[in-house]
Amino acid sequence: MQTRNFINSLDLSPSQYDRLFDLADRINHAPATYAQRCQGKVMASLFYEPSTRTRLSFEAAMLRLGGQILTVADPKTSSAAKGESLADTIRTIAGYADLIVMRHPREGAAQLAGEYSPVPLINGGDGAREHPTQTLTDLFTIRTFLGRLRGLSVGLCGDLRYGRTVHSLIRALARLGDQRFVLISPDELRLPDRVLSSAAALGEGNTFEQTASMDEALTRCDVLYVTRIQKERFFNEEDYIALRDTYVLTAGKMQQAKPEMIVMHPLPRVTEIEANVDDDPRAVYFEQARLGMIVRMALILDLLEGGDDAAG
Amino acid sequence: MLRVDRIERGIVLDHIQAGNGLRIFDRLGLRDVSFPVALIMNVRSTKMGRKDMIKISDTLELDLTMLGLLEPNITVTYIDDGNVTRKEAIPLPERVEGLIECKNPRCITTYERHGISVFTLVDRSTSEYECAYCGERARM
Ligand SMILES: [Zn+2]
Repeated sequence: MQTRNFINSLDLSPSQYDRLFDLADRINHAPATYAQRCQGKVMASLFYEPSTRTRLSFEAAMLRLGGQILTVADPKTSSAAKGESLADTIRTIAGYADLIVMRHPREGAAQLAGEYSPVPLINGGDGAREHPTQTLTDLFTIRTFLGRLRGLSVGLCGDLRYGRTVHSLIRALARLGDQRFVLISPDELRLPDRVLSSAAALGEGNTFEQTASMDEALTRCDVLYVTRIQKERFFNEEDYIALRDTYVLTAGKMQQAKPEMIVMHPLPRVTEIEANVDDDPRAVYFEQARLGMIVRMALILDLLEGGDDAAG
Repeated sequence: MLRVDRIERGIVLDHIQAGNGLRIFDRLGLRDVSFPVALIMNVRSTKMGRKDMIKISDTLELDLTMLGLLEPNITVTYIDDGNVTRKEAIPLPERVEGLIECKNPRCITTYERHGISVFTLVDRSTSEYECAYCGERARM
């Protein structure tokens, strides 16, 4: 049997994405049918940097498939500190588990680990490089609410410079083509040119528009993807506060938006979406987190047994 | 001028930058072979001023793929039965393992002792390579 890994968000072709999301749809509509599918299987979660949110989502996904979890409490202190290489840790853990989820602060760590792992390995984030299951989550959320992944007006707002989540999402959507991207950010946090040109080269019929005004752009979006503006990105506190407050989504601004627009956020949210937006049916960020677990269930099932097809 | 016997059958590596010959000699593992080899240094050249050359006799089988990376101007001449059968330049290799060091301090290969570097050619016109792990670019 050939081991398959999920390392980069563009590793799957658009049709593989479709198949995976079809499976996720079926899981979402009839979770009980899948509750025992991974019985007797063990997933190891190996987090070299803390990310409670991502880890919980993966572990909940495995538990809801009837599988078991092996959590390596703190691999950084338990093995890496003793000088064990990542390649050795992976080969050891693979002896105990049927599947490995790994998060690591080093760029390219997931690919290296995947090369040594005899069991499927999922990248739960490797430094600033990739966090491909977040991209799965985002795409599946859009598909679930809007019924399509092409021909969308997608507003991306906040820190577009450093946010790897945003970079991956733009690439994945651009590959499908015919999207209108509205990039809403302060000048300091604009989307890097290399991301823009690499995204533009991936698909056809995409347009990219840059703006600093959230209010104006909001009215045209099918999807508004909001991200956090982090304090660490600024030299002084005043700049940070001024910019942060410019890019806050409020119930008032939501009145200008299309009635079928959805508001997404990778969470955790701090101040960039006011609490009074939460009750708006268009605010789907908590549902997005739940759908992230559903799509991870589909991914785990696909990697362990080839999805629904192989099980017949 | 120093004389080295004419080769009946073998390979001549020419137009090596003066001083670079020994490195290439070692890289090709020519210290450990049983067939005759000659490293000739500081040969006068109208094009280059001075250059190094390597003459390898009695074999036509040598993996030279990585030479394009070490010495972009190198020319390779194959000789058989005393005649030149082929003369060629060596293009930059598509994939390079272990020769280029990744400059990204956050890259796993700069930290993991099992990680040998792997770079792939992304732009032949600018001689640009990309780290297969972190995506960092390197220009040769
Ligand atoms: Zn690298």
